[in-house]
Amino acid sequence: MITLKLDGQEVQARKGQTILEVAMENGIRIPTLCYLEGLSPKGTCRLCLVEVTNWNGKLVPACVTPVEEGLEVITRSERLDQIRRTILEMLFLERNHICSFCVSNGHCELQDLAVELGMDHVTFPYRYPGLDMDLSHEGFGLDHNRCVVCSRCIRACSEVEGAFTWGFQGRGVGTMVAIDLGVPWGLSETCTSCGKCVQACPTGALFEKGVATAAQLKSPEIIREVTERRPRVF
Amino acid sequence: MKAFAEKKVLLSNVGAIDPERIEDYLDRGGYEGLRAALKRSPAEVVGEIKESRLRGRGGAGFPTGLKWELVLKSRAKTRYVVCNADEGEPGTFKDRVLMEGDPHRLIEGMTICGYAVGAKRGFIYVRGEYALSIRRLERAISQARQRGLLGRKILGSDFSFDLEVRAGAGAYVCGEETALLESLEGKRGWPRIRPPFPVDYGFRGKPTVVNNVETLANVPEIMCRGAAWYRTLGTGDSPGTKLYPLSGALNRPRLVEAEMGVPLRTLIYDFGGGLPGGRELKGVLVGGAAGAFLAPEELDVPMDFKSLWEIGAGLGSGAVLVFDETACVIDVLWSVLSFFAHEACGQCTPCRVGTVILLSLLEKVQNGSGDPAVLEKMLKVTHLMKVASLCPLGQSVRLPVETALEKFRREFESHLKEGPCPQCKATTEVHA
Repeated sequence: MITLKLDGQEVQARKGQTILEVAMENGIRIPTLCYLEGLSPKGTCRLCLVEVTNWNGKLVPACVTPVEEGLEVITRSERLDQIRRTILEMLFLERNHICSFCVSNGHCELQDLAVELGMDHVTFPYRYPGLDMDLSHEGFGLDHNRCVVCSRCIRACSEVEGAFTWGFQGRGVGTMVAIDLGVPWGLSETCTSCGKCVQACPTGALFEKGVATAAQLKSPEIIREVTERRPRVF
Repeated sequence: MKAFAEKKVLLSNVGAIDPERIEDYLDRGGYEGLRAALKRSPAEVVGEIKESRLRGRGGAGFPTGLKWELVLKSRAKTRYVVCNADEGEPGTFKDRVLMEGDPHRLIEGMTICGYAVGAKRGFIYVRGEYALSIRRLERAISQARQRGLLGRKILGSDFSFDLEVRAGAGAYVCGEETALLESLEGKRGWPRIRPPFPVDYGFRGKPTVVNNVETLANVPEIMCRGAAWYRTLGTGDSPGTKLYPLSGALNRPRLVEAEMGVPLRTLIYDFGGGLPGGRELKGVLVGGAAGAFLAPEELDVPMDFKSLWEIGAGLGSGAVLVFDETACVIDVLWSVLSFFAHEACGQCTPCRVGTVILLSLLEKVQNGSGDPAVLEKMLKVTHLMKVASLCPLGQSVRLPVETALEKFRREFESHLKEGPCPQCKATTEVHA
């Protein structure tokens, strides 16, 4: 067993656990976005950054940082909240997150995080890119304007469904999720239409066709449930 | 004060030999370092490099001997040596000169490294645009194989080692060692979360030494002439010579080699021939795009890791970009920031979005928006990128932005009030 401190509270952990896992076990909430239980953690959205006091106050992503004996971690502070708010601002200004017109309004992880962290306006210039939608699949739709580049769809597809339909193309701010080698979703030869990507997506970027504004309910927890019921193969 | 002259150690063969003929290299004592290394135990070779206090020339200045030791002591049987030859830092052309002009030096250095750390295979990851480097390295590798300097049982010893050249596909971020490894594995060149570091979890998850071309080029010399000799060069903290690519407003922009610690002034006015047409120096960008702007009052700084660190800059690749009075700092910073926005990999939020926010804020400065809060916002973004980005690309963007703002604040303020200056016309035309 490993003993460490989370926000001053002494907690026990097993070797190999991440800071985030230990925090969840102890009822400490750390904001996350690209993390989804059941998928490999990536540490890329940077919302789960926590401060390690005995590493000179270094910020580390809780979802991928393994616990160590004697670690002293701060998960919530004014400094961290400010950093998380700025990261949220970045996500909101990067594409077009206009909640009132979104299928996920009221059921969106990005929106919930903004409420939780008190991010009520964006202080930097909006980009307003004109991005495409892909409505070629008979059951699902993709709206790049709502995508936060979290890669949850990609990981759900490759790690859980094993179809490897989703991937990334482009780079930098032009990074876009892509189907196969960039074909319209409806023409994909690998997609099994299982819908796990849609359930894993934290925003309205992936949705079921036919739902009205604010009507898209998702169950991202199915990813965990599916993976818990079968042995991990890697 | 110590007088500095050019000192050719790494460049001693460049221009003097035919890089396509191994005989030329052998005639000048080539592969003697490898012979010397093979007579000693791997631990002794690592010890010699440690004693030389050679530091990595890729920018971070990590002690090379320590890196090798970590791999040597690893419990994993399979280990790799990877040469980072993805030279993409703007204003930097030192590795290219070494690879084009003296490819066997790099091959010898890598082979010694392979022997020291117990690796059987090595890769040279060369920037794809460096077609001549790739061709010359490949030719040199096949010559070395023919002479028993690479391959099975090198020089009759029990040590076997072989090298492969791999070409990058044009991403600056692949110069970051973990992105390079991902790319080498055939994946998207996105940096990995560190730790684990490549010495523990490198190519295909095995312990891997990743060293820069210039770092490895030092190795044969140290094996031949010893660590004690090596330490007589340069400074106590940063021994040896350093390659300094000089460019910009200079009479003789070129690559020079000098002992670590040579003052920036000597590089510019002696080796670089000063500024053309009697123009006045306005600033210097030291270390590449991910480097710091220095003001004319700072020209006496010794160009080594520690001295530059102490004034809030960094040695980086050693690149020196000189700007004269006709250059607009906003214009220069705009081109630095558009470079980063173009080269950000897109993986983590702070860098992916931060780079484009910085660019749009700088455009507000340039267009004379009049809002002084813009400058504070830029600093807020660079601070966030420093503490929250996933890899050194995002973390280092603060350096050019913060030093430009600190040292040329008045220029930023006058742009804010009055809009584009005559000198930044070139830039505004590009993005109008």
